[in-house]
Parts: sequence; structure tokens; C-alpha cells
Amino acid sequence: MKEYFFSISEKIMNSIASDEHLTLSINGEDSEFIRINNAKIRQIGTVRDASLSMELIKNNRKIEISFTIQRDIKRDFELAKDHLEVLRNSIESLPEDALCVIPKDYGSLDEEYNGDLLDPRDSVDSLLPVMQGVDLTGIWASGDVFVGNANSAGQKNWFSTQTFSLDYSLINPLKKMVKETYAGTHWNQSDYETFVNLSKEKLLMLDQKSKKIDPGSYRTYIASAGVSDLVDMLSWGGVSENAIRKGQSSFIKMKEKQEKLSPCFSLKEDFSSGTVPRFNSAGEIADIELPLIINGALKNTLISTRTANEYNLNSNFASSGEYLRSPVMESGSVSESDVLSELGTGVYLSNLHYLNWSDQLGGRVTGMTRYACFWVEDGQIISPIEDMRFDDTVYNFFGKNLESATDKSRLNPNVGSYGGRDLGGVHCPGIILSSFQLTL
Amino acid sequence: MNLSDMISKLDINVDWVGLREYNENTTFHVVRDKNPLTNETEIDHGVMVEVLKNGQFGYSGTADISFNGIRKAADMALESAAKASDHSVFSFNKDVRPKSQGSYETPLELPFDSLSAGEINDILMKANDWLKIDDRIMSVTAMAMLVETTINYVCSNGSDISQRMNIVGSDYSATAKNGDIIQTRSDGRSGNQMGLERFNEDTVRERCEKVSSQVIELIEAEECPTGTMSLVLAPDQMMLQIHESIGHALEIDRILGDERNYAGWSFVGLEDFGNLKYGSDIMNVTFDPTISNEMASYGFDDGGFKAKKEYIIKDGILYRGLGALESKARSGVPAVANFRSCSWNRAPIDRMANLNLEPGTSSFDDIISSIEYGVYMETNRSWSIDDYRNKFQFGSEYGKLIEKGKVTKTLRDPNYRAITVPFWNSLAMVGDLSTFEVHGTPNCGKGEPNQVIRVGHASPTCLFNNIQVFGGA
Repeated sequence: MKEYFFSISEKIMNSIASDEHLTLSINGEDSEFIRINNAKIRQIGTVRDASLSMELIKNNRKIEISFTIQRDIKRDFELAKDHLEVLRNSIESLPEDALCVIPKDYGSLDEEYNGDLLDPRDSVDSLLPVMQGVDLTGIWASGDVFVGNANSAGQKNWFSTQTFSLDYSLINPLKKMVKETYAGTHWNQSDYETFVNLSKEKLLMLDQKSKKIDPGSYRTYIASAGVSDLVDMLSWGGVSENAIRKGQSSFIKMKEKQEKLSPCFSLKEDFSSGTVPRFNSAGEIADIELPLIINGALKNTLISTRTANEYNLNSNFASSGEYLRSPVMESGSVSESDVLSELGTGVYLSNLHYLNWSDQLGGRVTGMTRYACFWVEDGQIISPIEDMRFDDTVYNFFGKNLESATDKSRLNPNVGSYGGRDLGGVHCPGIILSSFQLTL
Repeated sequence: MNLSDMISKLDINVDWVGLREYNENTTFHVVRDKNPLTNETEIDHGVMVEVLKNGQFGYSGTADISFNGIRKAADMALESAAKASDHSVFSFNKDVRPKSQGSYETPLELPFDSLSAGEINDILMKANDWLKIDDRIMSVTAMAMLVETTINYVCSNGSDISQRMNIVGSDYSATAKNGDIIQTRSDGRSGNQMGLERFNEDTVRERCEKVSSQVIELIEAEECPTGTMSLVLAPDQMMLQIHESIGHALEIDRILGDERNYAGWSFVGLEDFGNLKYGSDIMNVTFDPTISNEMASYGFDDGGFKAKKEYIIKDGILYRGLGALESKARSGVPAVANFRSCSWNRAPIDRMANLNLEPGTSSFDDIISSIEYGVYMETNRSWSIDDYRNKFQFGSEYGKLIEKGKVTKTLRDPNYRAITVPFWNSLAMVGDLSTFEVHGTPNCGKGEPNQVIRVGHASPTCLFNNIQVFGGA
């Protein structure tokens, strides 16, 4: 698709007038999806989807359109020309945008990551045998994902990758579950079967009656998968400069009153893993690393060029929504094998579920415990627990109650597929908290 | 070549084949702090080819809508179905794709071309002025969303359905600061099937004036009290309450376990239909895709099943689930027409469509005057519920204290938490038609691969007793 994109972008850019600025983007995928319930197939199919987006700027006015493409350059170019005329006919009627970001040539990136994926003809026969004998429910997704970007200033970016993921839950007769994701770029049948068999062993730990615990504060360990959900919350009214300026962020206190999180908490954007493009939808290329929070202190926020224009700041080429694209939380010093003894007596939470700000300005997050969660006494797992609601603040769980983090920062891959398959993930360790508020 | 011609020319060895062409234009206009933030149109156009072979459906979504593209997609769908048919969750037959013919169109007063992009921007710029009435208001936003969806569906069994939905959404919001207190009030980010009559300037101004005056109230208001008390929910909070603690819990595909790895399971079992006392005797819930201006109205679902109103909960008893014909075949629970997909690139699953709480007999004054001490809440701002749909915690933008039968003070940061069945059994009064409002949201997420879909929820104002209520951090 790279050749297609650069070819059609050249044709479209040639039709741009001298007083016009155009940014052209492509997003697409060729994917196989297999939906599994109880180790059998519920739904199966393929999706071949791609769209072009055009953002036209003229006389400080901006207008955008995106449209599905058929991947036939001749037909798609005719369609693009028609849409461009529609944009031209509307743009003069719009109000001027004082914060308009004119595209520039910041240099170009070209990254292609070729994988070794399972042949779709073999997917069912390769995936299903090791699942038998256990209630496994989940989704297989595999194939190509591509993103490209070009602008009338001459910039051209390309990123493509080939990935697979089997995101699944194992469920026992007591309705307790273990959650796992087997994801990568190079398929290895024996590695896959070993992975699934290990998760079957984890499910055995849930073969006993769950303990009901009362609402209250508990010493708590949250494993990496759960921590990734907490880190994700910072994308939504957390580290965004615009959200802070407009009164929509939990970090206003950190920015304006120098409140601090725990010295154990450091967070950065780090694109060195190459799992997501470094360029944003405007084609701007972020630095490989951007420290955001160092030892609990807010050092940088995510600043898009539009926000930089609005508040006279320097852009760090964040996305327009100023969300985290490749977050890495620094690991700590606790060996994963010592987690239970470090926890002592309390709750062990493998996963969290359905998080939301219950008081965004106060930094308070509510959500549920989910999957393999246990009551621990004197460093020993005693029993699974019934699901509990939590309601606690960033300033507690990443702040004064954060005792330590594990020494491994694990990748929790993004397996979401709203609109298209997500890329990348959250790198983070597990955390031990002196107290965590369970409410219902 | 149209879809009917294509399907007649497809030479494919399957038990059934269907083509669903989906063409959707979505336009967003957003003006924030007097600057146009977004003027953007997204055109999503493609075909979902579905085949049935040996009891297993296979699908292929393609944007190549030429006959050659459709033929290739059909071959891929067949390849998928064939390789999976020995491992099916359930062996389906053609009955789950009934033969249907017909059409549906949203009734419009003002068509979408009655206002230009420039004219809509002019209204949103004025809305910014109507919102920014006080120096303490730090940011204002006005948004217009226009969606036109056309779905054409033809099948090898002779089904031929055309549907066109026009959906308009809007929001007007303001954030204000008073010392350390920052509050945001919005118009609820709701939408309906309708035309551009929604952007009548007098209506927009009225909505903006309510938002701007209430955000000033909020920055001067007390924190919501903590305790167990009476709770009155306005229709725009009931929308979320119905959605999360009735709708998702009753989706049959969840009950059958399809969603256990993502959205979750349900506390409801198949044995509960006809038996479970879901709520108090005055709780009546209907599935109704036939209300003309509700967001998820249509004539047929994406499996060709004709839509009609059905009682889901009657006099507090759970009678029917939210499952379409595939779920009916798997579960034996009577079906509703809710087999829906978000686009041509996703397979249909059980969704909510319009799920409404039927009006009762109490006026708003009847409800308030019956309360010794409680809180009234409007407009959802926070939502979270567990994967079995039991333990929820929701928050609202705007609260009012109720003391001795009267509304007294404005309250900020109102929240409440409860467990689904005890909560609905504490439903003490249901408002009459004068309190009834139709709302909808475009943001219901579910399914693997993920799908976000539009749903509608209409409700009167309701009173619940003995609920845990609390304030902010």
C-alpha cells in the first residue's frame, strides 16, 4: 500500500493551488477475525478496509474529509478530486481559525515491520486444538496494519506492520476467569501452545470458593495488566496540556500547585519499541523519548501544535487529542517472585475493569476488580475474592500509597479494534500499595 | 450494477448469501472558545458479504464495491465459513435470516442541505457567545453532529430492504472556575433521528442559557452530601441507568457468553426470563425501534428481522431478553429485532437499539413533595459497572438538594452507587408523560472485534429510595 499511497498523494498534491495547504493521510488494515466462545467458533471473517483523509487549509480556514477507498488508484483519485472540490466550495464560508496549524516538512519517516504471520488457511487448525478441554472465549486478530501521511510542504511518512493477537479469557465452572493475551509479529506454534497451557494452569488456582471481603482500605498488589488501565486513564484528562488549561484534567494540581506523586512513579512517552508510528495525524514527528513525570514530579505535558499556538508554548508534536501513544512506566526493585511476601496480607489484583473518573478534577478513579484476584495472608494466596468496586485517587495509588513497583515493566498490548486494529500498548510494572480503597 | 443484480450473478456454492451495503456520512462541526475546532466529514462506504455454509456463517467486509470485489469477498467469506464449520458454537439454518422486503426513512422537517457548513458554524459561534456569560467561565464549546446512513440489504432468499436514517446530535458546554472549584456543565451530548430543525436559533440559545447559568450555580454550590437517601434521576441520567443496568445485562449474546472476554457476562441467566423480579411493580421497560425521533429507530435489523415494540420487563417481572434470531435459535428466548452492526466492516451482534422506561402516573411535583431528604441529579458525567452488571457507580453534572418536599440548593459533584436488582426494586415513583424525554447516545461499545453503535433511551423522571449518595474527592 505504500506505493499506492505515495503515488496517489503525488497526484493529489499536484492539484493543490499555491494558496492552499493539504495534509493527506491513509489508515487501513487487512485482517482476519475469529471470535471464539467455549473453544468453538462463534463468528469468523475478514476485513479489507482503508480510508484516505484530506485536510485543506486556505486563508486560515480548515476543513477535512475522509472516505473509504477501493484501492484502485484511478477510481480513488477521481473520488479524491471530487471531494477536494467539495472542500473548496465550503471552506470560504467557514470562520477563520486563529489557531490553524499550517503543515510543514519536518522530515520524513519510513518504517515497515514485516512479520511472519499464521497463514489464514491454517488459522483454525492451528489455534483450536490446544484450547480444547477448557472454556476459552476471546478474539483472534491477524494481518497488516498501515498508516501513511503526506503534506503539500513535501513531508511523507509511512508506517506498516504485521501483527497477530489472541486475546482470551479462560473460565472455570465457578465462573472465575483468567485473562491472557498472546500477541506478536512472528508466529511460533509451539510457543503459542506452551502459553495457552500455562494459562490453563493458572485457572486451576481459581478452583475454590471466593471470599467476600468488606468495603474498606486494603494493602494491595496490582499486576501490570491492571496498572496499564490506570496509566491509560492519564490519556483522558491527565497529561494533556490543553485539558489542564481548560479545567478538564486530574493533573491541574500538579501543574499549578506542584503537587507530587510518589518518588516511585515515573512515566514517559517512548517510541523506541517501534510498535506505533512516531508521526501524528498531522505528520509531525515526536522525539523518541519525552519524560512526563520523573520521580513523582510533572516535568512535561503532551502539547499539540494547536495547543502550542493557543497558549504560546513549544509543541512536542503530541496527537491532536494529546493522549499517550507509547507510554512506559518505569519499573521498580521488587522481584515478581517476592510480590506476595512484600504484600503480606491484603488483596492481589490481576486485572481491573471499566475505569472512569468519578471526580476528574480531584483525580479520583472508580472501577472494578476482574479476573484472577485473590485474598493473601502472610504472603500466601488464601482464596479468590468476589469482584469489588474501587474508588481512589491518582494522588493515592500513584502517590502517597505507592510503596514500590516490580522490577519488570511488561508490555500490555493494545488489542482494541474500534474503527480499526490498535497498535502498541502500555509498558508498566506491577505496583504494591499500602492502601487501596474498595467501596462496594 | 446494483446489489440485486450482483447477488443474482454470484456463482457460489453456499446455503445462503447476503449483501449489506452501508454508506454513512458523518459530519462534525465544533467551535471552541470562538475558534472553529472541527469541520470534518467522514464517508464510510462498503459491503459486508455474509454466507452460510454447513451451519456456519462466514463474512468478508470489502470497500471494493465492484462486482469483482464482491465476488472476491464472497469467496473469502465462504473460505472462512467452510474452515470453521466443524468447530461451530451452533449450527444455524436459514431461518435466522428471514425473507423480508421493505424500507424505512427518518421523518425530517428540515433536510440536511437546508443549512450550509458556514451557516451551522455561524450558529455555533453565536452559541459560544450565549455560553460565555461570565468572566469565571474559562472555556465554552458548541458541537453539531450530522449523520446520514443508508443501508441496502439483499439476500439469496429474496430479501430486499432499504433504510435511511438521519441523526442529529448537539452539545453546548461551559467550564467555569471559582477559586479551586472548577465545574463543567453540558447539554448532555444527546442526539435524535431528526433534521436540522435542531439548530433553530431560539432553541440553541435556550439550551446555552441553561448550561451557562447552571455552571455558575455549580461553582458557587455546596458539595453533594454523603449518606443513604432518596434519589431522583432526571431522564438524561436515567438514559445511562437504563443502558448500563438493564440493557447490557439483558443482551442474550452476553448471557450466552460471547462477550465474556470483553464487555462481560451477566448476572441474568436464561432461567430468569418469566421469573426474575427485576424491579418494583411500577417498572415497565420496552424495546421499541419504532419511535420516529429516537436515535436507534429502524424498520429491520441487520439480519432482515422486522422491528416492533416488545415489553422486556412488565410490572417489574423480566419477560424477554435483547436477543435476535441467532440468539433465539441458541437460547430459546423469544427474539427482538436487535441484530445490528456498526458498519459494513463488522458482523451484526445483539445490541440495544431503543430501550425505554415507560411513563408512570406521578408528576414532577408529586415526586419532589413526597421526599423528606434526598438529591436530584441531572446529566451523566461518570459511569462504571462490573462485568456481570451488578455493582455500579454513576455520577452526574448537576444536583439539587431536596428537603421536606422542596428543592432547595444546587449541589456539585453528585454521585451514587448501588447493585442492579435491589436498586430497581427500590424504584418508588415513575414520572408521567410530562416528565418523559427521549435521549440517545452514539457511543455504546461492545463486541470483538469492537463496535461502537448508536442507542436510544427514553424515560420519565424517577424516584429511588435508600440509595448511597456521595460527593467529590
